[in-house]
Amino acid sequence: MEDMTRVKVREQDPKVRATNFEEVCLGYNEEEAVKEASRCLECKNPQCVSGCPVSINIPGFIKKIKERDFAGAYDVISESSALPAVCGRVCPQESQCEGKCIRGIKGEAVAIGKLERFVADYALEHNLVKKVEAPKNGIKVAVVGSGPAGLTCAGDLIRAGFDVTIFEALHEAGGVLVYGIPEFRLPKEKIVKKEVEKLKALGVKIETDVIIGKSVTIDELMEKEGFSAVFIGSGAGLPKFMGIPGENAKGVFSANEYLTRNNLMKAYKDYKTPIMRGKNAVVVGGGNVAMDAARTALRLGAKTTIVYRRSEAELPARVEEVHHAKEEGIIFNLLTNPTEILTDENGFVRGIRCIRMELGEPDESGRRSPVEVKGSEFEIECDMVIMSLGTSPNPLISSSTPGLTINKRKCIVINEESAMTEKDGVFAGGDAVTGAATVILAMGAGKTAARGIMEYVNKRNQ
Amino acid sequence: MYEILEQRMLNANISLMVVKAPRVAASCLPGQFLIVRKDEEGERIPLTICDYDREKETVTLCIQAVGASSEEMIHMKKGDAFLDVVGPLGNASELVTDIDAIKGKKILFVAGGVGTAPVYPQAKYLHEKGIDVDVIIGAKTKDILIMEDEMRAAASNVYIATDDGSYGFKGMVTNLIEDLIAKGNRYDVCVAIGPLIMMKFVCLTTKKYDLKTIVSMNPIMVDGTGMCGACRLLVNNEVKFACVDGPEFDGHLVDFDGAMSRQSLYKTEEGRALLKLREGDTHHGGCGMCGGEK
Repeated sequence: MEDMTRVKVREQDPKVRATNFEEVCLGYNEEEAVKEASRCLECKNPQCVSGCPVSINIPGFIKKIKERDFAGAYDVISESSALPAVCGRVCPQESQCEGKCIRGIKGEAVAIGKLERFVADYALEHNLVKKVEAPKNGIKVAVVGSGPAGLTCAGDLIRAGFDVTIFEALHEAGGVLVYGIPEFRLPKEKIVKKEVEKLKALGVKIETDVIIGKSVTIDELMEKEGFSAVFIGSGAGLPKFMGIPGENAKGVFSANEYLTRNNLMKAYKDYKTPIMRGKNAVVVGGGNVAMDAARTALRLGAKTTIVYRRSEAELPARVEEVHHAKEEGIIFNLLTNPTEILTDENGFVRGIRCIRMELGEPDESGRRSPVEVKGSEFEIECDMVIMSLGTSPNPLISSSTPGLTINKRKCIVINEESAMTEKDGVFAGGDAVTGAATVILAMGAGKTAARGIMEYVNKRNQ
Repeated sequence: MYEILEQRMLNANISLMVVKAPRVAASCLPGQFLIVRKDEEGERIPLTICDYDREKETVTLCIQAVGASSEEMIHMKKGDAFLDVVGPLGNASELVTDIDAIKGKKILFVAGGVGTAPVYPQAKYLHEKGIDVDVIIGAKTKDILIMEDEMRAAASNVYIATDDGSYGFKGMVTNLIEDLIAKGNRYDVCVAIGPLIMMKFVCLTTKKYDLKTIVSMNPIMVDGTGMCGACRLLVNNEVKFACVDGPEFDGHLVDFDGAMSRQSLYKTEEGRALLKLREGDTHHGGCGMCGGEK
C-alpha cells in the first residue's frame, strides 16, 4: 500500500558527496511535501506533539501544507520553535515526534522532520519573519552564548519587547551550529547565518569576542552595564579523553578540535587554519559528534573507521546519520574498545590497539554494559585518532560567578520550572545545565528560561 | 575591528603593537593571553598580553613570525586593524594574584626571545609593588635582543646572556643562573618565559637549587576558551588544558618533551605556508604541497 511508505527524500549520491561538503539531504520540493503531508492522519490526540520537546502543533502545520498554505504552516511552527530550519535537519525525530507517529506502527512514520525543514526553508527563501508584537519595554537582558539555547531565549525575549544582547566568546555567532555540526548536515551561510540575521533584524544585539567570566563577569553585567537578568547558555566544554597510553601523540584530536578547525575555521576551504588530512582515521565514539567527525575525516580524504564499545542498537547517533555514514563508506568496528594508541619513533600515531567487547548486564542508564573479551586484542593501522567521548562543562562562568551552584558533574544547578539558578536574576539552560545533549533540548531550555525571565521581571516590577 | 594605534619592530622578526581593545584592557592582568584573528580567512593566534592601559583601553602585543599567519601580522602597521581580539584568556600570574604571599621575597625572571615581552609587565607590576626583581634576558646574539631599556626601568638588576658573547654574559641563560647563584644571589621564585627548550633547561637547572619555577606555556590552540582540547599537556602526569588551567604552571612538573613533540605537529605545514608566502609568485615547487615539482 502506497500510504505505508513515506515520500523518499532526494539526497546527493553517496559516492559524490563523500568528496564534498555540500549538504547531503536535498529536501522535499512542494509536490513531494504536499504528498507526504497527505499521509498525516490528523489524530485527535496527536502523540507526535507529546514527543516534541518544544510541543510544536505538528498536525496543525502539516494540515497547512496539505492546503498549500506554506506561509501559514510556518506561522504554526513559529509559535513554538525559533529555529525550524535547524531542527528539521538535526533533531533525532525517530526518538521524538516520528517515534510516536501512529503511521509508524504498521508502516513508516510521517516524515515530520523533512516537512518541518521544507516549511522552514520555504520561509527563509521568501523572507518570512514572525514580527515582534509586544511594545519595547526597555528592560535589558544579557544572553551568554549564541548556540541553540541562547538564540531561542533571545528570540522569545525580543518578541516580548525586551532589550536583548547576546555575548558570544567565538568570532562568529551560532555556537555548536557553527563550530560543531558540519556544513554537509547544516549549511552555514544558507541556514545558520540567516537564522542569526533574522534575530538581528528583530533587534537582538550580538557582541562577539566576549568571554563572560573573563572579559566581563556576570556581576559586572548586572551591576555596571544595567542588565536586569542574565541567561547562561554557554554550552558544553572541555573534551573528555580515555586516559589510555598514547593519547597525547601527534595525530590524536578531540572531535571538538577537529570539527572546530574544519567548520568554524573552514580548514576544508582555502582558509589558513591547518587540519590534518589522514590516510587512515579512527574515530572513537558512537554519538552524532562521532559521526560528524568521521564523515568530515572521510571527506578530507581518509579511509575512516568508527570504533564503538557497544553494539549498533546502542549507537546514540541519529539513525539517519549512521545510515548516511555507512552509505559513504565508513567502516563500523562495533563492540570494540581502544586500549592504547601506538606511535612511531617521531611521536606520530601509527595505529590503535583495541579489544573486543561483549554486552553484559544493563547498567544504570538501562543500556547493556560492555565487557572485555579476554585475549581478543588486535591492532588497527591508522595515522589519526579522533576522540569523541563527550565533554564536561566549561568552568569559566561557574568559577567567576559567586552565588552560582554546580553539581558533582560540574553542571549549573537550576530550578526546573523557572530555569533560575541559585543566584537571583541569573538563569541557565542547555548543555551548561544538562551536560552534552541535543540541539532541540537546548532550545527547549532556552524557551523555559525566557518564560522564567519574563515572570521574574514582572514580579520584580509589581 | 580592533585598530592598531602604535606599531614598531623590536627586531627583524618581532613586531610590537598597541591595539585598541576596550573589554580586554578593562579586565586583563599580567600572565593572561588573548587571541587575535587578522581577517576572515585567518587563524586564531594566541598571544601573551605584554602590557595594557585601562584608561586608553589598549593592550600591547608582541608577535614573532613563525608561520604564514604570524608573518602577515608582523607586517601590519599603525592604522591597520585585527578583525578579532578576544580575551583576556587563561589565569593571571599567581605572583600577581597573591601579592602578599611574595612580600619580601626576591624574584628571578628568565626571558628568552619573544617571551621577553610578557615578562616585562609582570616585572614592572611587581617592581611597582616594591618587590625585588632581577631579570635575565637571553638571546642568540645582540641584534635580536629586545626590550632591554624597558626592562632596566622595571627591575632591580637586568642581566643579558648571548650565546655568541656579542653582548653581556657569554653563554646560555642556564649558565648565567648558575653564575648568579654562585656569586651569592639568592632567589625565592623563578619565572621563565621563552621557547620550550629554554624553559625546559631552566627548570632542570633550578631544580638543582630547589628553586620554585613558574613557566608560561603557549601550545597549539584553536578556540582558547576550554572547548577544543588542542592545548592539552601533562603536568605531574595529569592532562591539563593551558587555556583554562594555565597558561602558567609549576615548571618542575611540566612534561616538556611531550609539549615539544605536540608543538611540532603542524611545523612542516606552517613552514610550507611561510615559504609559499615569502616566495610568492617566484615559488616553483620544492615545498611538497603545490605540485610545482611535477
